[in-house]
Amino acid sequence: MSDMKFTRALADPDHALKPAGRPGPLGKPLVLANDGLPEEEKAWFCDAYPTASGPYKGILENFLNWARSKSLWILGFGTGCGAIELRPLMTSRFDMYRFGIQPRPTPRQSSVFVIGGYASVKTLKRIVRSYEQMMGPKFVVALGSCTINGGMYWDSYNTINAIEHYIPVDVYIAGCMPRPEALLAGFKELQRKIRRGECEGAVKYAENFEWYKANQKKVIHDWNMPDYNY
Amino acid sequence: MEPSIPLRIAYAFVSLAVITVYGLLLIGSMARISAKVQGRVGQPVWQPFIDIIKSSGKRNSISHGIMFWLGPVFRLAGGVGTYMFVPAVLGSVVFQNFSMSGDLLLVMYFIFFGQLGMALGASEGGHPYSAIGVSRGLAQMTAFEVPFALSIISIAVQYGTLDITKIVIAQQGGWQHWTLFTNPLAVVAAMIAFLRMSMHNPFSVVIAPQEIPIGPPTEYQSNLLGMLQTNRAVFNGAKLVLYMNLFFGGATNVPVMVVKTFLIYFINIFVGQAFPRFRVDQSIRFFLGVPTLIGIAAVVFIAF
Amino acid sequence: MRTIPADIAERFEVGPLVEKRADLSTLDVDSKDVPELLARLRDRHGYRHLSFATATDLFEEGVFVLTYMLHNHEERHSLGVKCRIGRENATMESCHLLWEQMWTYQREMKELFGIDFPGSPRVDESFVLEGWIDIPPMRREFDTREYSERTFPTRPGRSTKDPATHMKEKLYPEAL
Repeated sequence: MSDMKFTRALADPDHALKPAGRPGPLGKPLVLANDGLPEEEKAWFCDAYPTASGPYKGILENFLNWARSKSLWILGFGTGCGAIELRPLMTSRFDMYRFGIQPRPTPRQSSVFVIGGYASVKTLKRIVRSYEQMMGPKFVVALGSCTINGGMYWDSYNTINAIEHYIPVDVYIAGCMPRPEALLAGFKELQRKIRRGECEGAVKYAENFEWYKANQKKVIHDWNMPDYNY
Repeated sequence: MEPSIPLRIAYAFVSLAVITVYGLLLIGSMARISAKVQGRVGQPVWQPFIDIIKSSGKRNSISHGIMFWLGPVFRLAGGVGTYMFVPAVLGSVVFQNFSMSGDLLLVMYFIFFGQLGMALGASEGGHPYSAIGVSRGLAQMTAFEVPFALSIISIAVQYGTLDITKIVIAQQGGWQHWTLFTNPLAVVAAMIAFLRMSMHNPFSVVIAPQEIPIGPPTEYQSNLLGMLQTNRAVFNGAKLVLYMNLFFGGATNVPVMVVKTFLIYFINIFVGQAFPRFRVDQSIRFFLGVPTLIGIAAVVFIAF
Repeated sequence: MRTIPADIAERFEVGPLVEKRADLSTLDVDSKDVPELLARLRDRHGYRHLSFATATDLFEEGVFVLTYMLHNHEERHSLGVKCRIGRENATMESCHLLWEQMWTYQREMKELFGIDFPGSPRVDESFVLEGWIDIPPMRREFDTREYSERTFPTRPGRSTKDPATHMKEKLYPEAL
């Protein structure tokens, strides 16, 4: 991950975000152009860049990180074949509820996004849309080899090879598919990382927003949604 | 001697804090009991506290307008209002709340008020699933109010008063004086209505977590969700205390209150685990059928 | 030993009936005869069920081979009707009036191979590839590996090993 370069000067200007350059309907200047939306809908959707609200300091942040690690709410969106390994976790044998992990149906209320396996371009658009709607400190757990380096779909025309170019990832769990025990080990690692204060994916996304957005727009060609789906 | 107004307000805060903590622990322990029934270990008993801390500690929050903010406020106001006019423990100065200032009708109003506020707030959110959940919730609420109101009327006729403290005093002197044994039909109708009030199966279609994403609270997050979660505890505790006072003889000290409310909630969980979910039209038809007849029978039985 | 039914043999120019298995045979026919042949097989010979319709790209011969797999439930026999169409401006008559679900297979073939079925409902809508701007990807001239390397960045350091040579090196290094 350290060799990823976040550069503001993008090599591919076609995929850069465009500022609107014109006032919006309320008279205030717009920030994002939201080119993908039809004209009459542009006023309804968010047109501001994301702002990175950083962590607090000291003991308050430690306490909040402890609470966040003990209460992980997963978004109930099975993006790929990895979702099938989440279902045994809810049953009696592996029981993720004892770690405070619960599935939630809406991205507004969940804090962990589990990318289960391969992400086709069609799914990636929905992943981006759901990820941007999540609140506050949000964490991404990437399951399976397909998220790391393409897995068995490494030469496919429709699946992406490394999910970290599109959304920030906190923990990778290797395997094809990893067993529920491996998933629980991955969640424990995520809890440890949260308590150490290393999981600031939302801040990284906001700070390198243009880089992530250019990568996303490079593969998603029919961008018919706002630039930032808040 | 009557304590002064600032002291009463302080006691009311203490009482509210106790019922909040108790309600959250109740939710947590019921989840753990359900897990044990299913053969799992389950989440720890204090998990609802951690969930509220986490929700309040989120760094972003979105709002869809003033009414969206006010929705959880109304809901919490409904919960707190329900609790404040019910004497939690008979004869205790600390837990008396403000029961001298309001009677049973005011408490019933607050029960309804919370749901209405939530409906307005959820509709402002603009999510289509919120609107579906809201319409379901209000439809079911109008249905379950019928047997509930009939049972309240029956109680009022039986004891000749709407003041909750007087109703509790009339039930003292041994368990034979409880409304459960002197007016069982009213109790049956009210307990069926209680299943819907706490949104348990078979009437849980409003929140329907697998069907529409969680119903009215779909768009609520961060602080607002923390408020809704706190209200869940307060409102539950208030309704349990109300039922204990009206039908099961009230409580003269805190341990008795804890035990009685725990057992009343246990009946809900017991029935809820065993049943699947009714559709909205089925539940409305159910409520306007047998429970209404039981309520009418209770009123008639008491009047003669 | 199956034979081609008499009424089909006298109406259409059909190729030989090739028996692949006891319950599977294929039949070659000219592409303009396909709708009537499918209708006749469905109505008079009991092949009521459409299993699938797909295309194969014979790049060297410059044709697409379309296969319509029909199934007869009474005799438990599947019959694949094959026809050939040219690869350039590939068009085929739509059979969605025979079986309603045919529109899904035709939509898929349009997106992945570029075979047009004029009149088929919703044939121009994207099926799995939203926003696809290259040639239809199942064509043999489309290099999927090159496309993937060009479009999707990877993590450096990926390597693959042939399992046989890897195990040989590991177990018998002195033999190599």
